[in-house]
Amino acid sequence: MKILVCMKQVPQKDAPLKLNESGAWIREDVSYEVNEPDAYALEEALRQREKHKGEVVVITSGPARAQQVLREALAKGADRAIHLEDAKFVGLDAFNTAKAFAAAIKDEQFDLIFTGLQSDDYGYAQTGVILAELLGWPHATIIMQIEKTETGIRVKRELEAGYFQFVDMPTPAVLTIQSGINKLRYATLIGIKQAKNKPLRKVSLADVQSAIGENLQRIERLYVPQKTKKTEHIEGAPGEIAKKLVDKLRNELRVL
Amino acid sequence: MADTILVVVEQREGKLNRVSWETITAGQAIAAATGWTLEAAVVGGSATSFAGEVAAKKVAKVYAVEAPQFDPYTPDAFAAALKQFLAQNQPKLVLMPHTYQVRDFVPKLATAMGRTVISDCVGFKHEGGKLVFTRQMFQGKLAADVSFTGDAPWFATFQNGAFRGDKAEAGASAAPVETVKVEIAADVIRNKPQEVFKEAKQAVDLTQAEIIVAVGRGIKEQKNIEIAKQLAEALGGDLAASRPICDSGWLPMDRQIGSSGQTVAPKLYLALGISGAIQHIVGMKGSRAIIAVNKDSEAPIFEIADYAIVGNLFDIVPPLIEEVKKAKAG
Repeated sequence: MKILVCMKQVPQKDAPLKLNESGAWIREDVSYEVNEPDAYALEEALRQREKHKGEVVVITSGPARAQQVLREALAKGADRAIHLEDAKFVGLDAFNTAKAFAAAIKDEQFDLIFTGLQSDDYGYAQTGVILAELLGWPHATIIMQIEKTETGIRVKRELEAGYFQFVDMPTPAVLTIQSGINKLRYATLIGIKQAKNKPLRKVSLADVQSAIGENLQRIERLYVPQKTKKTEHIEGAPGEIAKKLVDKLRNELRVL
Repeated sequence: MADTILVVVEQREGKLNRVSWETITAGQAIAAATGWTLEAAVVGGSATSFAGEVAAKKVAKVYAVEAPQFDPYTPDAFAAALKQFLAQNQPKLVLMPHTYQVRDFVPKLATAMGRTVISDCVGFKHEGGKLVFTRQMFQGKLAADVSFTGDAPWFATFQNGAFRGDKAEAGASAAPVETVKVEIAADVIRNKPQEVFKEAKQAVDLTQAEIIVAVGRGIKEQKNIEIAKQLAEALGGDLAASRPICDSGWLPMDRQIGSSGQTVAPKLYLALGISGAIQHIVGMKGSRAIIAVNKDSEAPIFEIADYAIVGNLFDIVPPLIEEVKKAKAG
């Protein structure tokens, strides 16, 4: 099985974010990490390869810093990587990102493409499904289990409110992976060493420019959300906070 | 012809889900702001049978889009049918609830039409003749106003709870219902879905809980869950968690609050070390009172908290347990 995993570098969860001069994006001098669902997508690809042989390729887009995500994936066991390297990729909408990925892999033949179910930065939850449509492949979203069958794959989709559903589908296919589908592994020292010698193909913006168009949506402005609720801050030493809280619980919320 | 807004509602077993009503409210608000005409579409094997419920609301028209292949749901059938329908109908704006099902097919539908979706919106603004949609980004830390720069139809989806479903205005008289039969070629549908099922009976029903103590990543290690449990016991409440805690297996899945878990509205929701990702917030923002403890003063959970404690939960929870016990004993 030849599997492509689409991965994204996003600001760390607790990184304080500041707006840049344009007011439509953040200042990029923050700490980054791999988008969490993408880490689960990679882990699932590695597990499938361990069961069925084949190859795991990882792809990302973004400036030089994004290569870190690929290096980590190679250290965990991915076979090779593709980096669409340019700061401009960060500003593409989901439609264009998917088009750029499709262009970058046009000479490859994958059986499966995995993405995380959504990103922690934009949170579109769209790129994987769009990529499937561009490739003319079937897709399934929010996947919690993948089994190979005689005719393709059987996947377990998570539905809302605790419901699930198995879906049989042919390959090639695109799957968006839910966090928690498996247990993540750590990179080993040997893995980190080996990663340095694994192939990493760079794709420039010029290489895929003809495939992408103008963005179809635009962020006009970015801002700290206006509070709709009045929040009372409770401050002091831990003991004082505890006393004040109990007073609220008893006299204002009446739950004690 | 005047510009039209089309709300595509979602039903399961003939019942519209709550967020569909909320999306109708959103459509009515956008129609009022823009002067555009509001229509609705119900999609299903026998959509006509429940189109009447929607037609009672203040909408100009309801389409019951029917095809035998709609049941069971597949993204291929929904995208193919709606593409045909929208090509004839040509609305300016298509609104849908941001459900798992819509997330599954709407990016495919828009792509097939060369269009885009502004997904998971929480509001809109109509300023100087321009329509922009507000959505959360960076896990709710920032909000963005997003506009369409391409051609119609424009697609937007609304997050659970963004509008009040019970505020959907009723119409003066029932709107006309038009049944639209759609042909879907047999080879269009590639996925074969099996029966929907629920994993092992939900042992814990948190929807009835009056007090919930919920833990998030800030709890750091499995063994630390014990102090949250002690606090929950002292308060006479139930223990719950955000998704990452259940993913790690530190608490069973049936204690998960959020879009993939349970939706709760207790008298008191005490969030310990929960940053407040959108997926969690949608499951608990209806709580009557929210107390949040988090060491990150910018955590989005504080946006919806009634009482905010910026600090280390490991410093605050132990004395709180003692104070609660004292108060109960007294």
